[in-house]
Amino acid sequence: MAKNRKGSEKKVDITKIVLIALSVLFVFLMLVMPLISVIVNSLREGFKFYFQSLGTSYVLSALGVTVIATVIAVIVNTFFGLVASWAITKFSFKGKQVLATLIDIPFSISPVVAGLSYVMTFGRLGWARPLINAINNTFGTDIQIVFAIPGVVLATIFVTFPFVSRELIPVLNVEGTDEEEAAALMGAKGFTIFRKITFPHIKWALVYGVILCTARALGEFGAVNALSKTRGETFTLPLEIDALYLAGSADSIVSSFAVSSLLVIIAIVVLIIRNIFEHNAKKE
Amino acid sequence: MAKSRVKKYRGGHVIPGFGLTLGITIAMLSLLILIPLASVLGNAFRQSPAAFFKTITQPNVIHSFETSILCSFIAAVINCVFGLILAWVLVKYEFPGKRILDGLIELPFCLPTAVAGITLSKMYSTTGELGGPLSKLGIKVSYTHIGLTIALVFIGIPFVVRAIQPVLEKMDKQYEEAAYILGASKTKTFFKVILSEIKPAMLTGFGLAFARGIGEYGSVIYISGNSEKERTQVVSYVIMQKLNYLDYESATAIALVLLIISFLLLFFINVVQIRQSRRTNNV
Amino acid sequence: MYVELKNINKNYGNFQASTDVNLGIEKGSLVALLGPSGSGKTTILRMIAGLETPDSGDILIDGVRVNDVAPSERGIGFMFQNYALFRYMTVYDNIAFGLKLRKEDPKKIKERVEELLELTSLKDFGKRYPNQLSGGQRQRVAFARALAPNPSLLLLDEPFAAIDAKVRQELRSWLREIIYKVGITSIFVTHDQDEAVEVADQIIVTNKGRVEQTGTPREIYKDPHTPFVSQFIGQSTIVEEYYKMKGFQKGPYKGAIIRPEFIEAFKSDNKVFEDVIGCSEEGTITDILFRGNSLLLKLDVNGVTLTTHRSLERRSVKIGEKMRVIIYRLYAFDDEKAYLLENEELLKYDVKNRHLEAYLYSSDGYFVV
Repeated sequence: MAKNRKGSEKKVDITKIVLIALSVLFVFLMLVMPLISVIVNSLREGFKFYFQSLGTSYVLSALGVTVIATVIAVIVNTFFGLVASWAITKFSFKGKQVLATLIDIPFSISPVVAGLSYVMTFGRLGWARPLINAINNTFGTDIQIVFAIPGVVLATIFVTFPFVSRELIPVLNVEGTDEEEAAALMGAKGFTIFRKITFPHIKWALVYGVILCTARALGEFGAVNALSKTRGETFTLPLEIDALYLAGSADSIVSSFAVSSLLVIIAIVVLIIRNIFEHNAKKE
Repeated sequence: MAKSRVKKYRGGHVIPGFGLTLGITIAMLSLLILIPLASVLGNAFRQSPAAFFKTITQPNVIHSFETSILCSFIAAVINCVFGLILAWVLVKYEFPGKRILDGLIELPFCLPTAVAGITLSKMYSTTGELGGPLSKLGIKVSYTHIGLTIALVFIGIPFVVRAIQPVLEKMDKQYEEAAYILGASKTKTFFKVILSEIKPAMLTGFGLAFARGIGEYGSVIYISGNSEKERTQVVSYVIMQKLNYLDYESATAIALVLLIISFLLLFFINVVQIRQSRRTNNV
Repeated sequence: MYVELKNINKNYGNFQASTDVNLGIEKGSLVALLGPSGSGKTTILRMIAGLETPDSGDILIDGVRVNDVAPSERGIGFMFQNYALFRYMTVYDNIAFGLKLRKEDPKKIKERVEELLELTSLKDFGKRYPNQLSGGQRQRVAFARALAPNPSLLLLDEPFAAIDAKVRQELRSWLREIIYKVGITSIFVTHDQDEAVEVADQIIVTNKGRVEQTGTPREIYKDPHTPFVSQFIGQSTIVEEYYKMKGFQKGPYKGAIIRPEFIEAFKSDNKVFEDVIGCSEEGTITDILFRGNSLLLKLDVNGVTLTTHRSLERRSVKIGEKMRVIIYRLYAFDDEKAYLLENEELLKYDVKNRHLEAYLYSSDGYFVV
């Protein structure tokens, strides 16, 4: 390209260098610095303190809650993603665009509103509250949703709801429906078609969607914050980070960064995996 | 046996599973997302209009909307500029470290908002790595609107880059070269031809970043300082505050307004996207 | 009739894809559904396959009404326009897929797949993936896959659309040969009249959701029943003032279609046409286009522009040159039908020149073109 435009070759290079420099600077200041800052702050009191911070009962409890919420949310949303993307991409029906938009709602609304919506459904004023009470009375159970683990799980599901379907739908749209039609014409049943024909097309997108969903579920803060009030019982890692940071003492702030560093490492791993997947997908 | 088949083929869908998958999709969507959101609406509408308007016209509520909308808008504009530069650099140039740069763009999607929030707050505080030097220049970042906007830039950048990137990639090089050969200068080519081509994608990215910013909570609450006097409270913070005081009426009233804004933005993004796909399909 | 469609109607919203379609296809025949895009030919094919359901009417295969029979139970093989090969399966697995679904004996499956690989000359490609094949090879895989479960009816949707023009010619005769070899009743959809004429032994012309005409390629060409068919088949010029041409009189028609091969343009000193020069009239060459193996001449005759071919072996001509022009015949049409009109002057003429006689008349009384 540059060969065709020898006259302006030098000028092109300057634009290129300036733009690249600007990009690198922006990414460094805005994205890389915070990463470094987390690590530096977390190690301010040394490694011993770092590991101590990670070993407190609060942090371990929060880790447990986070893992439970994340695992359930990922399973539910992966199932939903597969089913919804099949319905949306393999058939044409009225209201398809509306359905796709509705699925994406959790992307564009405040996580706090998401949390609030469950409080308003299951909480003191919630319309589903009598329902839960009735179940508890009949079966002698003590199911609590708001300010309990189920609420945390629901909030996590809400905010990560579209993550898998969002990765699958574009891939399936590009793939079209011919192969599935051909297989159905030969008499293949639904699950056979999915397993043998569709799945190979979407496996990378699915893996990536699941990973992204996991990362987002691990780090969810706003929605969970509205539904979880007991430190050491229903707190997740981000809530524990919040509690430690707001405690305000120099030590607790360092602890808060130590816990953060765990999530930062996960985020970086996700980014690396994504990069590799994308590279593989492009090659294919 | 033949009869059961009749049922299957009346819909004209040869691929199996339409009823089942659509049914599950709608059921899960309703139970997990739509019905809970509807209960916010229900609670907000249960209040008398007078009480509702009284809540949402309280000065601190109005200020929080002003703050959220204004800062998100500015952040989204900044992101459009840098997002375009980043997308351009990532698509058009080859240089060492490009893949890392490309990967890092996604960081705000994977990094928990609370982590981003405390880190940015610390970095830009008067004792922080960046806040220190800036405060010597007389610029205070943490606990001001500037800090708030920076946090929103952080959150919004991937939306814009990822919206523009594929369009730039798909854009035919011949198109650009044709304009160039026709005598348009490089700058003119860029502004006339390329910019008009990526405008819908940029608008989509802008809309997404803006929508995300208005509702943002975790990444902004630490750096903003949440001062009512300084007007640095964001809407999500005010809702959470009401929720903590068990003031559900106010929380739902404010949430309803926020939801309406989100849906309007969502609608806008959809219109832009549909237009964009129509345009590209026609070519 | 092996396949029959009776009074089929199909709408997509306001769009009428099929209107009162009736057709019958005999066992063992190779049929082309020919029409422009949007004429409803693909809809007919997809309804026979069961990929679409007609709003009303009956579809019969081998005497059995199949409207409510699942596509996979209809005993058909379907070849998709872009082949719809399973991209993540090898050629071998693609062909074996339908057989495996039938839970056939693995040994038999292997035999059958190998037989088909042999038949389609893909023996060495069994382990390849579709994206490692050329367009022609992919077509053959799709063909083998459709044939694998031994269907009694083969449906092909635009079988040559995804193939380079150069290879297409070769594959046409290949497909025709192999279908005869297998002996399967086949229906294919095409918008290309050359393709239909060359491959099929029966053509069904469709337009705007209706069947316009059914017949052998020769019948369709020589005896178009409707204005649409007369225009769609062959290259043609529509002339409203056809009666201005020598040898034709005004009739109750709206206009006429004149194909290039219906026109003879020769220089006035041409000895071959000496006998018939009396029924020729003057035309002026307005344009000459080079068409590879021939020239395309545009002639102005009595204010009407006509198009004809000219062999490169004949004497050269130039723009503005005056030629003698004879129109052997044309298709006059009204709103519904097309009628063959012969040049009255020429019919009256007593041709003495034997060579010219052979040139002008064919054995069945038509002029050779």
